[in-house]
Amino acid sequence: MAFTKLISTCVPLPIDNVDTDQIIPARFLKATSREGFGENLFRDWRYLPGDVPNPDFVLNQERYSGLVLVAGKNFGCGSSREHAAWALADHGFKVIVSSGFADIFYNNALNNGLLPVVVAAGVLGRLFVQIEKEPETEVVVDLPRQTMTVPALDLSVHFDINPYKKDCLINGLDDLDYIRSRAEAVSAYEAQLPAWR
Amino acid sequence: MEASHPKTLFDKIWDQHVVERREGYPDLLYIDRHFIHEVTSPQAFDGLRKRGIRVKAPHRTTATADHNVPTRDQHLPIKEKLSRLQVEALEKNCKEFGIDLYGLGHERQGIVHVIGPELGLTRPGMTIVCGDSHTSTHGAFGTIAFGIGTSQVEQVLATQCLLQYKPKTMRIEVNGRLGKGVVAKDVVLYIISQLSAAGGTGYFVEYAGSAIQSLSMEGRMTVCNMSIEMGARGGMIAPDETTFQYIKGRPLAPQGKNWDAALACWKSLPSDAGATYDKVLRFDADDIEPMITYGTNPGMGVGVSRKVPEDAPNMGPADMEKAFSYMGLKPGEPLLGKKVDYVFIGSCTNSRIEDLRMVADFVKGKKKAPDVNVWIVPGSKLVEAQAKAEGLDKIFEAAGFELRQPGCSACLAMNEDKVPPGKYCVSTSNRNFEGRQGPGSRTFLASPLTAAAAAVTGRIEDVRQLMN
Ligand code: SF4
Repeated sequence: MAFTKLISTCVPLPIDNVDTDQIIPARFLKATSREGFGENLFRDWRYLPGDVPNPDFVLNQERYSGLVLVAGKNFGCGSSREHAAWALADHGFKVIVSSGFADIFYNNALNNGLLPVVVAAGVLGRLFVQIEKEPETEVVVDLPRQTMTVPALDLSVHFDINPYKKDCLINGLDDLDYIRSRAEAVSAYEAQLPAWR
Repeated sequence: MEASHPKTLFDKIWDQHVVERREGYPDLLYIDRHFIHEVTSPQAFDGLRKRGIRVKAPHRTTATADHNVPTRDQHLPIKEKLSRLQVEALEKNCKEFGIDLYGLGHERQGIVHVIGPELGLTRPGMTIVCGDSHTSTHGAFGTIAFGIGTSQVEQVLATQCLLQYKPKTMRIEVNGRLGKGVVAKDVVLYIISQLSAAGGTGYFVEYAGSAIQSLSMEGRMTVCNMSIEMGARGGMIAPDETTFQYIKGRPLAPQGKNWDAALACWKSLPSDAGATYDKVLRFDADDIEPMITYGTNPGMGVGVSRKVPEDAPNMGPADMEKAFSYMGLKPGEPLLGKKVDYVFIGSCTNSRIEDLRMVADFVKGKKKAPDVNVWIVPGSKLVEAQAKAEGLDKIFEAAGFELRQPGCSACLAMNEDKVPPGKYCVSTSNRNFEGRQGPGSRTFLASPLTAAAAAVTGRIEDVRQLMN
């Protein structure tokens, strides 16, 4: 699942503190595989009682589509469930843009090839206004250069990502491959542990 | 330890666990203790099977079934098919990979963050992880404990290590004496209300100060438990005599020579004088009253005698409006006297023996209000047994409270313990998110005392007015 550069329209979710219980409610966590969680992404916002699609929710509005979710600050707070990242990826999102992410979600996203892009609150605000005005607005997310560009706004911003994780994403590697390559260091560490630990 | 460079509790433990530090990479951190449960582990075991890897150190992982288990008739097969399959998958995986399981029916089964400490598996100076954000609970013992995702569960099973960037550190002091009716839960709800639900993001918190030190281990666990609710990676409290006394003699605690060696190390852990933090906050115990949340994130909390506020730190008007409409509340409205339908006393925040004693003490000789459903869900089989040995079950029964069997229950409503749409629940759990206790449920987070008071009158009460 290597990631380099992506051009896409956006889906706006201008809500702060979106928690992982909203992204995927607990009652849908009973599966023992990683697949299929996209179906219940944002379940309780997306459907009204009786499983009727809620016309007010953005995923049910035809005018918005794309691989980029743009969300309010502190996105992904709450439970550590990686199912939240799986559900977003399964739905087809590749990038989440926000002015801040909760720590565990941020890591879970990266571990699933989903790129979290942190931008300044002002940039996020402008992006929301622009997408709502012109849903066909495209953003260009360039991971090697660490930039997000919005041609319609004549705006290009830099985003941070740690170099190790960036490398993993670009090359489709994961932490486990790397940690296993350090087995010798781990054995040496274990050899000096006291019995009570 | 070199005296020249004062270190924090956090730095000491972190540095003792760095297996390898390489330029351009996160630290490779050794994990002493790993807890797993049925919901966030199956995909990790599948991953191991796919890669053909064994579990590196099975004795460092301990499993329990808690999130998805029924809290009634636990001796019968689980009725709900998917839940049953998930619990069975855990049993099968533990057997295949040689991991100790305190599963359904085991006399030590319980909520993962209740059983770890109670068995003596949680000890100062450790690194502890679990595929659950409330792993921060274990920080009460002076550990670096944090929640991880399932990919990381797989990494720990396979390698006993994680790649981690060192977070920033924050010291939160609470000094002074807690007033009547004010307990550990109020302290942490107060702190979160001051910091907001994101105020701790990127930090690891050390709680300190006389009000924290005076707490029992149960109280300390309640405080550390909710660190994640302010966005912090985890929270911790320096180990002291209270900690050592709690651990000593626990079923799986070190003994004899091992105990002495461990103790000597544990005593060296507290932060050195002059150690520095990235941020320091100080609060006064006098400013804390019994707390309650009124919104849909844990940062939206106030003293119970206050009115629903118009704004909250770090919240925009649209978000306040969304929360009010979900909760059916208006700014300026008093919280006292608000009618409630359910009371839930349980969860890894408040389901330990001390919590149950606190509730029993308050309700002894009282009865619940007729139109309120009251569930008490002990954190573990051992807590349940202890409560019965002390006769607390009789007090609850006489009060009309329903004492259930251990599990996460209505904290996340993954099993059938759900609060119906639109109904109000005073809950001792840790999250008041939309739908957390069941679709459409409305949660008021509070202490076991405030919950017990609501059970008795059927309304939100200032418990101080009802205490002798
Ligand atoms: S009681 Fe609630 S918060 Fe605690 S582990 Fe269970 S679901 Fe998570």
